[in-house]
Amino acid sequence: MSFDPATLSRILTALTLGFHIIFATIGVGVPVMIMIAEWLGIRKQDPHYILLARRWARGFTVTVAVGVVTGTAIGMQLSLLWPSFMKVAGQVIALPLFMETFAFFFEAIFLGIYLYTWDRFKKPLYHWLFVIPVVIGSSASAFFITTVNAFMNTPQGFTLANGAIAAIEPIKAMFNPATPSKVAHVLASSYLTSAFILAAITAWSILKGKGGEYHRKALRLTMIWGLVFAVGTIVVGDLSGKFLAKYQPEKLAAAEWHFETKPQADLLLGGTLDPETQEVKGALVLPGALSILAGGTTNTEVKGLNDFPQELWPPLYVHYLFDLMVILGMYLAVVAGLFILARAWKKKYEWNPWLLRSIVAGGPLAMIAIELGWMYAEIGRQPWILRGYMKTSEGATMSGDVGQMLILFALLYAVLAIVSTSVLLRMFRNNSPELEMQKRGIQQ
Amino acid sequence: MSLEMIGITVLWIFLYGYVIVASIDFGAGFFSYYGKITGKGEIVNKVINRYLSPVWEVTNVFLIFFIVGIVGFFPDTAYYYGTALLVPGSIALILLAIRGSFYAFNHYGSKTSNVYLFLYGTTGLFIPASLATVLTISEGGFIVEEGSQIRLLMDQLFTSPFSWSVVFLALVSVLFISSSFLTYYANKAEDREAEKVLRSWALFWALPTIFASFLVFVSMRNHNVEHFNAMLNSSWLFVVSMAFFLAALGLIMQRKAYGLAFLFVMLQFASAFFGYGQSHLPYLLYPYITIHDGVTSSVMGEALIWAFIGGLVLLVPSLVLLMKMFLFDAKYVKGQN
Repeated sequence: MSFDPATLSRILTALTLGFHIIFATIGVGVPVMIMIAEWLGIRKQDPHYILLARRWARGFTVTVAVGVVTGTAIGMQLSLLWPSFMKVAGQVIALPLFMETFAFFFEAIFLGIYLYTWDRFKKPLYHWLFVIPVVIGSSASAFFITTVNAFMNTPQGFTLANGAIAAIEPIKAMFNPATPSKVAHVLASSYLTSAFILAAITAWSILKGKGGEYHRKALRLTMIWGLVFAVGTIVVGDLSGKFLAKYQPEKLAAAEWHFETKPQADLLLGGTLDPETQEVKGALVLPGALSILAGGTTNTEVKGLNDFPQELWPPLYVHYLFDLMVILGMYLAVVAGLFILARAWKKKYEWNPWLLRSIVAGGPLAMIAIELGWMYAEIGRQPWILRGYMKTSEGATMSGDVGQMLILFALLYAVLAIVSTSVLLRMFRNNSPELEMQKRGIQQ
Repeated sequence: MSLEMIGITVLWIFLYGYVIVASIDFGAGFFSYYGKITGKGEIVNKVINRYLSPVWEVTNVFLIFFIVGIVGFFPDTAYYYGTALLVPGSIALILLAIRGSFYAFNHYGSKTSNVYLFLYGTTGLFIPASLATVLTISEGGFIVEEGSQIRLLMDQLFTSPFSWSVVFLALVSVLFISSSFLTYYANKAEDREAEKVLRSWALFWALPTIFASFLVFVSMRNHNVEHFNAMLNSSWLFVVSMAFFLAALGLIMQRKAYGLAFLFVMLQFASAFFGYGQSHLPYLLYPYITIHDGVTSSVMGEALIWAFIGGLVLLVPSLVLLMKMFLFDAKYVKGQN
């Protein structure tokens, strides 16, 4: 089988983004958790929380390194694989791309300071202050880069006549209709996923029989924030539905196999589609729920795919990506909720092994939800790279060498994945919390 | 100053920043590996690690900043360079990725590995070589536009004496800049043994740097005579550069004022780099892109400049803080903190 350069460029971009997003998500979310843990440690004068922040920060250095290099890769691949797109988009959306590098610069500087000054200040609060710019920088990076993705979905702030771009308004392009819900969704889901990954590691240790105070505090902390961020993510997800219904209806319709424009539209979960008759079999039907997602009431009219020319439909398999993402998001909220409930009412269930196992599963599942969400976001925008203005195939390079580069980068990411995992494992196994507490003279 | 001049000046300053910071970083990686295999590891590595650890991520940002900035100010560059540089660009990227991540793996992981150190050390030489090639390509003759196709003439690139002299210059410059900085750093750390080794490296690489510069100068004449003549017109900058070099060399030879010597090295490269850059204008890519016809709209250009000013207001104090805490904190440098 042979692919054209545009398809290969899409595969390579998907590979880079799919790999980078793991580390980018951790990079945005984990600093928040570090900030919370160290703050609690200082306020409660509890060395367990300080140690937690210390250990999280140590693991974070490795993920950040992979995040930086894969981020550099995607930054350059935008120009290498999509030169025609960047030539056009660069004129309108260069501002946030440019500002993202500043935000990252800012973050990198303070991360360096934070990591190397743990015991340098008499007042521990001074050290804590250095994590704040890291949190601001990483979240601001996410904000700027997400505005670029939002722009690809709902471009505005320019006019296009005879192939020439005019009347450019950089701020308007940046704050396009997709920006608020997309940014909020990216941030909330990154915080959620990071909290769950940290919780999963902790729950795993407890299951392995390390049930000390240190681990219990860590799990309670991550689960409380996991619940907060899960609820936040779901609320923002609902807003995203309303945004799509208004500004990008074909994307929502494709996700829900919604063909005829009508009120009282149903939400379908799963099922199979007969593309000829547009009939759906075997789906779980939630009557009127799509209308609620789209506009808050069952009477909201939801635009169907048949209102759009078929060549502009996104691939219909996005339905499964969307459903799975939503279900996983709900799962995380339920697991975190159960843990909090157990702690509040039935204390003996707080450390129930099945509950712990569900938390362990929640870590990887949260990351899968992130991947599915981005796949839905990108595939659901097809055939456009710049919705309404430029098709994906028109933006790609014409070079015949993309295939070889794809193989090279696939190898690189495989090596990075294996080595970073083994480095992290070794790092934490050779220096267990128990050992470290002993060394630092912390009561276990 | 016109918008395009402001844009290119800002970007060139950042590229210069990258050349200095990255050279120190690349060279340090090489010396660190070299020290390890020749058994001089202990002394030199200590100095190098203390410098590199907190700073390495910052290095990468200079490069990303330059790339994003040039695409922002001059969108045509994305189209021409992006298409032509897919293969060399990807290879440089992979090297950068290996280098950055393996540095972190080696440094933060619980055991040091010779493989990591090898990758870290050797990529430090390949990266400047491949990045310098982009400057070679910008001189024209290696990218051709045929209809709507843009192609990079790899064979010509690999057989061009000009191209190889640029690679040679890049390598020796990296080693010279790096060793002169590390000499200063070792001296500040009062690590006499490391200082001795690093100083001898700085002296060793000094003359090849000048030799390579002349080589580039001479082969430029054959490759791009227009640029060569423009360089002659701003030849005073190159004379100044030479003077700074001799001053730096003199200080290092007399074991005096290593900090000042390194400052002279920076100025030596600054004057040569800006002499080169200024004479390169108005072309960004001979003969396809000039800063005048490739520039973005004035609205976007102004927005970028404001963003840049805002960014500097934020970054400069932060960078000063970083340097105060690590590079110039006597206690930290000596390893007491």
